[in-house]
Amino acid sequence: MAGKTDKINDFVVRFANVNGTGSASANFLFTKAIFRMGVPVTPKNIFPSNIQGLPTWYEVRVSEKGYLGRREGIDLLVSVNPQSMLKDIKSVRTGGYFLYDSSKKLHAEYIREDINYIGVPLMQMCNEAYTDARQRQLFKNIIYVGALATLLDIEFNVLGDLLSEQFKGKEKLIPANVKALKLGVDYIHANYKYPLEFRVERRDLLKDKIMIEGNAACGLGAVYAGATVAAWYPITPSTSVVEAFMDYSAEFRVDKITGKNNFAIVQAEDELSAIGMVIGANWNGARSFTATSGPGVSLMNEFLGLAYFAEIPTVLVDVQRTGPSTGMPTRTQQSDIMEAAYASHGDTKHVLLFPSTPKECFESMLDAFDLAEELQTPVIVMTDLDLGMNDHVSPPLTFDDSREYKRGKVLDAAALEKIEKFGRYLDIDKDGITYRTLPGTHPSKGSFFTRGTSRDEYATYTEDSAAYQHNMDRLIRKWDTAKNMVPAPQVYQKKNESKNGILFFGTSQYAAEEAMDILKEEKILVDAIRLKSFPFNKDVENFINSHDTVFVIEQNRDAQMKSLLMIELGADPKKLISVLNYDGMPITADNILNQVKVNLRSSSKSLMSKN
Amino acid sequence: MTYVRPKFRHPELQKNKLGYTVDYYEGSLSTLCAGCGHDSISAGIIQAAYEMNIEPHKLAKLSGIGCSSKTPAYFLSNSHGFNSVHGRMPSVATGANLANRDLTYFGVSGDGDTASIGMGQFVHVIRRCLNMTYIVMNNGCYGLTKGQDSATADQGSKNKGGNVNLFDSIDLASLAIELGATFVAQSFSGDKAQLVPLIKAAMNHPGFAFINVISPCVTFNNNVGSTKSYDYVREHIGATATVDFVPEMQEIIIEYGKGTHKNVTMHDGSVIQLHKLAEDWNPLDRQSAMNAVINAKAKNEILTGLLYVNPEAHDLHDIIKTSDRPLNTLTKEELCPGSEMLNEINADLR
Repeated sequence: MAGKTDKINDFVVRFANVNGTGSASANFLFTKAIFRMGVPVTPKNIFPSNIQGLPTWYEVRVSEKGYLGRREGIDLLVSVNPQSMLKDIKSVRTGGYFLYDSSKKLHAEYIREDINYIGVPLMQMCNEAYTDARQRQLFKNIIYVGALATLLDIEFNVLGDLLSEQFKGKEKLIPANVKALKLGVDYIHANYKYPLEFRVERRDLLKDKIMIEGNAACGLGAVYAGATVAAWYPITPSTSVVEAFMDYSAEFRVDKITGKNNFAIVQAEDELSAIGMVIGANWNGARSFTATSGPGVSLMNEFLGLAYFAEIPTVLVDVQRTGPSTGMPTRTQQSDIMEAAYASHGDTKHVLLFPSTPKECFESMLDAFDLAEELQTPVIVMTDLDLGMNDHVSPPLTFDDSREYKRGKVLDAAALEKIEKFGRYLDIDKDGITYRTLPGTHPSKGSFFTRGTSRDEYATYTEDSAAYQHNMDRLIRKWDTAKNMVPAPQVYQKKNESKNGILFFGTSQYAAEEAMDILKEEKILVDAIRLKSFPFNKDVENFINSHDTVFVIEQNRDAQMKSLLMIELGADPKKLISVLNYDGMPITADNILNQVKVNLRSSSKSLMSKN
Repeated sequence: MTYVRPKFRHPELQKNKLGYTVDYYEGSLSTLCAGCGHDSISAGIIQAAYEMNIEPHKLAKLSGIGCSSKTPAYFLSNSHGFNSVHGRMPSVATGANLANRDLTYFGVSGDGDTASIGMGQFVHVIRRCLNMTYIVMNNGCYGLTKGQDSATADQGSKNKGGNVNLFDSIDLASLAIELGATFVAQSFSGDKAQLVPLIKAAMNHPGFAFINVISPCVTFNNNVGSTKSYDYVREHIGATATVDFVPEMQEIIIEYGKGTHKNVTMHDGSVIQLHKLAEDWNPLDRQSAMNAVINAKAKNEILTGLLYVNPEAHDLHDIIKTSDRPLNTLTKEELCPGSEMLNEINADLR
């Protein structure tokens, strides 16, 4: 019964759970059901650094328009955690709903006049239906999914199918789960009006899209990129990158005849050792990578400097979290930009890639290995917790079978035969990239001493000022070469339409694009550019130069990307206006709009484009 | 340096099985102090590689930072070398070994590089049973920074500046035994006759082989009162046995001639021959090796020679079941599951 105020496929549900009570799979069931109904949906884990007991939230945004960023304003809160209940009640928007376990009566202080309460006696129902203590806990979660299905018009069959898939091979478990779902459904049927004025309606908006975490896509990307050696030290939120690599390698890389592994994964004693192993393996011609987060990158600094100076391919995934120091280990941020760009002492610069979606995570890994080997230098894939540890609706992953691995300038025995004298650091092609050899290639030619100390073009130790400077200048030549090799930015307009531009990267993409749409509806035009890599190429420079104001959207306090643009492009700091988000939560379109509009209002009206 | 090593070599210099003379195994000229123990160890490595008929390009030499870690430049110039960062050689060696299991890995480190800054990596590379030879050139002091005590300096030992070390020393050999290293030896840079066969046996060992070599620092730690001076070491040296290494021996003989001889046959048929065995010491028994080291220390004796060997050693590749083919030789066809499989993965994610 559709009413005038009904909102179809446009709402936010937040689940308030206790960490370690099995809520994650129930909540994912809810999300996946909406996905299966062809409706864009985006879940965010807001979880504690804790194994069991602390509050954890799961927020699901449903958006007919396909906006995949977070949105403020909770339409329906599912409360399964007494610890956080007071805070949770406050978080519901006026007119919103609060679904709670009504096994016990709500205390008067929990009553807000401006929201609606839906009591479902979860505990009581579980106690009556199940005898096993663990089941009583787990099925509480499934019961509320059943209740939500009725309230929000989620197709029951879709949920049933998902359960069948989930328990494939363990079919015995299906009836008990279905029973729990039905308990929830029936309770709402008997006690409440349904559906709510906001709800789900089947669409075909997702086509061939998939749902995957960025970390899984990175791990799979490493498999497709031909990585054979992974060394790592567990750290949230990067752990699941290597775990995905492990799982996919076990699936695709075990020799069917010998049962042996065409890969090696070593859990190192710390991040220093992890990156050391990666450097050693790459030095010896195997594609190798590690994944870490900010604190790990800090520890890896010395080795990154070695890889830069000794010119050894290195691939590192930095799944950024909220710093500084231990910071908020389970919250997101884009705050390792400066640290990664210039990691290590002395004059160093590193190639960075900024994927925005799981599909780009996958492709970034393919690119990272090619670039690392072609440029013989570290390449750091800069994702973040939001991208890495949340499920995202993403275009399907693609791989072109004709794509070859670009192994860079590596001389084999035949090539060495033709050379009079091999010079590891001789810039023969004048692009700053020199030829390398792998150990074991030729009995008498091509051996050299890899070192972090200064050396001449023949890799011999030297403290000669001219030779040192010559080498440092060549490394800058290589850096310039890199500018045209790294992925180019995405420029949204063919021709400039405004004097104002917005610039963003990584997971700010969703919110930034949504903000652009809203600005457009309000007849405010802005041009946009999304950075995909560092060093910056000409497109980035042109974009900044051809706009009066560029809003630099980033998720850190210190405007690190703005600094990088100023340092590397000499961009005028006055025209770069920061739009910052650094509360640990993924950035929202509203946040961007507020900050952009304040600045637009304060600047002259002529800046605002007429339609 | 204004001088160069004379190019002249005796025309009748003997060739090894590969047809190389010993000078083929040399490196560039050492820049260490004249009389440095490390140079003697480098010479031992050259001799061992020559006698073992090692193809130099099939060996990778790795090191950390310090005087000792400079030495890989001074031997085997036809081998690739990697002078990494301070205390981190083991991780680089681990990665290199994972990439290509067919090469021989030879690591050189010092007492600072191993017992202080690199202790974590030293411990873990042993734990992982990496197939490599790990030599510590142990002089009890920091040379490049002018003679500070290291963690292997003995308590009470006096350095050149007259300072007495107040802290107990870390005993790397007994630590290695305790951590499960499958080949542990101790030697003295001044005893080439003992050192060369130990290096040969270590290089041939199919797991982690550790040799702690006391190598006096002539500039900062060769004074009276130092327990790592040439004189002190010579006066206090003891040996578990006289060692000889016979690679690929055809006939396998295990002999216990009245407790004075013992042959340890390795998995590949090579033999470590031990003569004049110390009493109450069994090289195949970790406990006995530990006791020997502890008893020697109690007598202020520096026990050298082979301390412990496990002929049934295995390595990291065995543990994690890596392909017999080096990982760095696998091709895209072997590594990449391809687009069709990716379509299936996508389908599972819908």
